Amino acid sequence: MLDETDRRILRHHLAEPGLARAELAARAGVTVATLWRRLERLGAAGVIRSERAVIDWRALGYGVEVSLRFTLDKTDPRAFDDFIAAAREVPEVLAIETFLGRVDVRLNVIARDMAHYQEVYRSRILTLPHIAELEALMLISTIKEQEALPL
Amino acid sequence: MIDLDDVDRAICRTLAADAGVSAGELGRRFGLSQPAAWRRVKRLEEAGVIAGRRVEVDRAALGFGVTVFLGVKLAARGRVSLEDFERAVVAIPEVQVVQHVLGLFDYRLRVVARDIVDFERVLRRRIMTLPGVGNVEANVLLTEERRPGPLG
Repeated sequence: MLDETDRRILRHHLAEPGLARAELAARAGVTVATLWRRLERLGAAGVIRSERAVIDWRALGYGVEVSLRFTLDKTDPRAFDDFIAAAREVPEVLAIETFLGRVDVRLNVIARDMAHYQEVYRSRILTLPHIAELEALMLISTIKEQEALPL
Repeated sequence: MIDLDDVDRAICRTLAADAGVSAGELGRRFGLSQPAAWRRVKRLEEAGVIAGRRVEVDRAALGFGVTVFLGVKLAARGRVSLEDFERAVVAIPEVQVVQHVLGLFDYRLRVVARDIVDFERVLRRRIMTLPGVGNVEANVLLTEERRPGPLG
């Protein structure tokens, strides 16, 4: 379904998502009209799902980011659904991921500082349903973050 | 730190869902002129609140059916250089995310692979051979959902 031109466009697009369309077209070696047409088609086919602005939460005063890994009590068949629905109600939760492995669910949680984190942790996280175990990884720094694929 | 009003937050929320919404459209939605909306976006970018763009793709449709999160503990023995580990790990094309963390592990990695066999190749040839690598725990990603965060 994808040809070499699509792949080339995607490679450049994923590597530098902030590029203006004209610049992206130049790097991928296509005209701007072709680029628009291809991007539209990739979007319609669901290959490109979305383009989103990245919010830097630190710039907004959220200095703490924690990765919380949960094991759920799976004797209750609704454990995943209940847990995820409740986690969606917590504004400080930035991402919800489910896994196959030792960890069932991971939440990415931000807070303004440690005092705020403790408050969120006690009042909003520990009260989530069906938790069997949880452990926290506190983010020190992000060294690499990219959507690029080895296409 | 920048102070945001309700309109700024609404703009952030909108662009975080779809970066393609134009200044004209933002203006129509939030009762601003097109230039006023543009100036607000510009200010948010200059303050670093809007830090760039992210393109989300269907990785499976592009042939990368497996995403694995690895927790990596560096080996306790000997002198482990964080710099050596970091330099080597960021160079692996299959590794999309590297985070230095505090807790049970030292690093969190997001790794993409074509399938489980391909993942095993990446794990054995590239991850387990990294300088200083000790314990590795793998969890295969099933679903992921991004939330808007506290912009309400």
